[in-house]
Amino acid sequence: MIRWLWLIPALPFASALVLMLFGSRFSRKAIAALGVGSIGLSALITILVAIDFFASPPAGGAYTQLLWTWISVAGFTPQIGFYLDALSLVMVLVVTFVGFLIHIYSAEFMIEDEGYSRFFAYMNLFVASMLTLLLANNLLLLYLGWEGVGLCSYLLIGFWYRDPANGRAARKAFIATRVGDTAMSVGLFLLFTQLGTLEIQDLMHRASEQWPSGSTYAVIAALLLLGGAVGKSAQLPLQVWLPDAMAGPTPTSALLHAATMVTAGVYLIARTHVLFSLAPTAQFTVAIVGASTMLLAGFSALTQYDIKRVLAYSTVSQIGYMFLALGVGAWQAAIFHFVTHACFKALLFLGAGVIINALDDEHSIFKMGGLREELPVAFWTFLIAGCSLAGLPLITAGFFSKDLIIWEAWSAQQGHPALWIAGMIGALLTSLYIFRVIFRVFFGPLGIPVTKRPGYAMTIPLLVLAFFSIVAGYLKVPLLGFLSSALPATIESHTGGLTEIGSEAVAALLFAIGLYFAYLFHLQKRSLADALMANPVARVLHEWWFADWGFDWIYDKAFVQPYIWAAQVNKTDFIDTFYTGVAWLTQLFYRGLSRTETGRVRWYAAAMAAGSVLFVAMVLFK
Amino acid sequence: MKRRQSTSVPCCRERFMELAFYIAGAVAVISTVLMLTRLNVVHALLYLIVSLLGVAVVFYALGAPFVAALEVIIYAGAIMVLFVFVVMMLNLGAPAAKMEKQWLKPGIWTGPVLLAAILIVEVVYFVRRGAPGMSSGAIDPKQVGMALFGPYLIGVELASMLLLAGLVGAYHLGYRKPEKVEIQHDADTHERRVAAGGDLVLAGTDQPARTP
Amino acid sequence: MLLAGILFSLGLTSLLVRRNLIFVLMSLEVMLNAAGLAFVVAGSRWHQADGQVVFLFILAMAAAEVCVGLALVLEIYRRCKSLDVDGLSEMRG
Repeated sequence: MIRWLWLIPALPFASALVLMLFGSRFSRKAIAALGVGSIGLSALITILVAIDFFASPPAGGAYTQLLWTWISVAGFTPQIGFYLDALSLVMVLVVTFVGFLIHIYSAEFMIEDEGYSRFFAYMNLFVASMLTLLLANNLLLLYLGWEGVGLCSYLLIGFWYRDPANGRAARKAFIATRVGDTAMSVGLFLLFTQLGTLEIQDLMHRASEQWPSGSTYAVIAALLLLGGAVGKSAQLPLQVWLPDAMAGPTPTSALLHAATMVTAGVYLIARTHVLFSLAPTAQFTVAIVGASTMLLAGFSALTQYDIKRVLAYSTVSQIGYMFLALGVGAWQAAIFHFVTHACFKALLFLGAGVIINALDDEHSIFKMGGLREELPVAFWTFLIAGCSLAGLPLITAGFFSKDLIIWEAWSAQQGHPALWIAGMIGALLTSLYIFRVIFRVFFGPLGIPVTKRPGYAMTIPLLVLAFFSIVAGYLKVPLLGFLSSALPATIESHTGGLTEIGSEAVAALLFAIGLYFAYLFHLQKRSLADALMANPVARVLHEWWFADWGFDWIYDKAFVQPYIWAAQVNKTDFIDTFYTGVAWLTQLFYRGLSRTETGRVRWYAAAMAAGSVLFVAMVLFK
Repeated sequence: MKRRQSTSVPCCRERFMELAFYIAGAVAVISTVLMLTRLNVVHALLYLIVSLLGVAVVFYALGAPFVAALEVIIYAGAIMVLFVFVVMMLNLGAPAAKMEKQWLKPGIWTGPVLLAAILIVEVVYFVRRGAPGMSSGAIDPKQVGMALFGPYLIGVELASMLLLAGLVGAYHLGYRKPEKVEIQHDADTHERRVAAGGDLVLAGTDQPARTP
Repeated sequence: MLLAGILFSLGLTSLLVRRNLIFVLMSLEVMLNAAGLAFVVAGSRWHQADGQVVFLFILAMAAAEVCVGLALVLEIYRRCKSLDVDGLSEMRG
């Protein structure tokens, strides 16, 4: 059964093709059946493959299935091959399962949209690309999946293409990730030219043999790959695209920009962890990037009023956690956090979708209120997910994964107390911003009245995901054990002064503090929030964090404006003048010569005389 | 021009020939210049005739009496007379002379004079390089006749055909149709028109034209 | 030879300068005459009859040309009521 591995990406891909070609002819039911069914089938096969994997684990902990050779030129032979080990199996399980739930949800959410088949085609294509990325056995195939998800992200963000703002957001996303992709491709070139192969396992072996720890090549290659990961996962300095990507439909935000695509960067670094281990500088950079992004996004999330934008910044922040974990060498913890994050972040987005839909496309949390009784399912699931995100001790999954990371930030060999403190502050911020949203939206007086209530297709995925948001935490030990066949365990070196329990206690305390302040400002005495806003310092900070710490402004001034200026200057396309110049010259001659055709005999005679004089002169004075 | 080595006594005839050449040449040039600058066509024609006569004398001085005669008879005699006839027929008169004055502004002369000057320079150069000699022997008409009937026979035939072509062309161009009968718009218009068309024989008579 | 050259140049000049059609034809005659003179000179230099023969041909050609040319002049005068060469520029570029 493990031989059905190739079906996992192939099924969504086939369904995407069919939907793209014939989708407009199918009925809504057929489209939904095809779109959701393909992912469902994929999930089913994944489960079967997983069972087979557990029951009889393949040799070396990994199973490779080679389909065919993609390119064969001068010794460069990447293949279409799928590589299944613990890491990719975990990720594929999450992607297909969460994807399946989100597809069910979107079957109802997008039911009124005219681009129904287009939506499912893009979503299926996305899942196919993501699975290709996860299962690829060489970096070139991974890059193919990478680009595929980038493309689908662009298509889906700009799904409602009639509004130019969506197009701009899609473009911004694509360009930002493109910058990262370019860095990654340069990294691939470097790896190939130095080590001669792009097949991942082979590559890792050769790297560890040929490059000593800390060698320049390793550092540069690792940094370039980090550049790619930063672009795709919306970390510093390329995090600018994710908040604007909320212009796409909510299921898209849930699937791509919360659970799966943005974690592709995490996957990349985890896959090539050997390379990063060889380059401690690069690995430390990963940690710094993660920590700073986490804080930056946390502060920004605190100021947003669009519910989806809060969640977007929250995603950026949580991936910062994952990067932090990777940076300190806590590979398994990062993947564990990915699993739990996928569950509760997708749930948060889906819940937000329910709310937005119910309130007739209203996004601002300040206009919402009192939805606790109106949308009970949405309320409870959102609450569970929010607590999981903030890390409610012991009963939510997020607590286990996030605290593991924060603990590793302290105790791992490459950990640092500063990183631990950053993680703690991040936890506080998380609690603050998510409970701000919860108290504003669900509690208090009723804001906009509810016009639509979700049906079963939208509520059941919420419930399932809520279940997993709680339960997934208990999978910590078996999951980590399972992953150890693919990822090395974290080396814990110094604990000095703090135990794991102690760290968790501090985290729980911060959770409570955040909860209290959110309660204070946004439920009990809302006037306090208004008073805070009146304070000029607070106002400045608010504006600054609202604008994503000015990154958009910086990029606009530094890159966008000069580019537009250059394009304007070149509007007449000066290179084209070389060609038009030829035409212009010819016309000049034409006009000149046509003046000699005067029709006057004397003129012609003079021309003849002059010509013959010249000729005679040439002959005579040769 | 180098003088050919002849008897020690400078030949009267040769010197006379030379002198005649120079004088006739000067006359030809001067009269050509005068011809160019005249406003009245008839005056210019007369000057041209003088120029041609001068050239005829030059021919004689060069020892080509046959050609000299030819020049006088045909060129100055026939062709120029033809010119005169046509000019008289055109009846140009005073307005034409005024127009000529208008057209011949001095500025106009510069370009062509420049061109001609260059040409003359080239000719001078060519002549200097060539170093021709002035031969004194005359060439008989008899010799010319022999040449014409001999190697140049075909040329003669062609020339005669050329003249025939010129004749026919001139006739055709000068042909003027007689006055047409008024065209009536009925069925037999075509025949009418054809009938009214050129029937030379009966043109001018009052008999109806024969249908061809 | 020099004389021929001078006469030819004069003819060329007048050809280019004058606008009256008759003058144009006359200057053409001058040029032909000059060319013929050149031929005769050459023939006389080499003591051959050829130069004069050629002059005869030139003469014949000049006669034919004058015929046709004057007929054309008459036709033009009939059409355009003037003998301006520059007015006949219908074949313009």
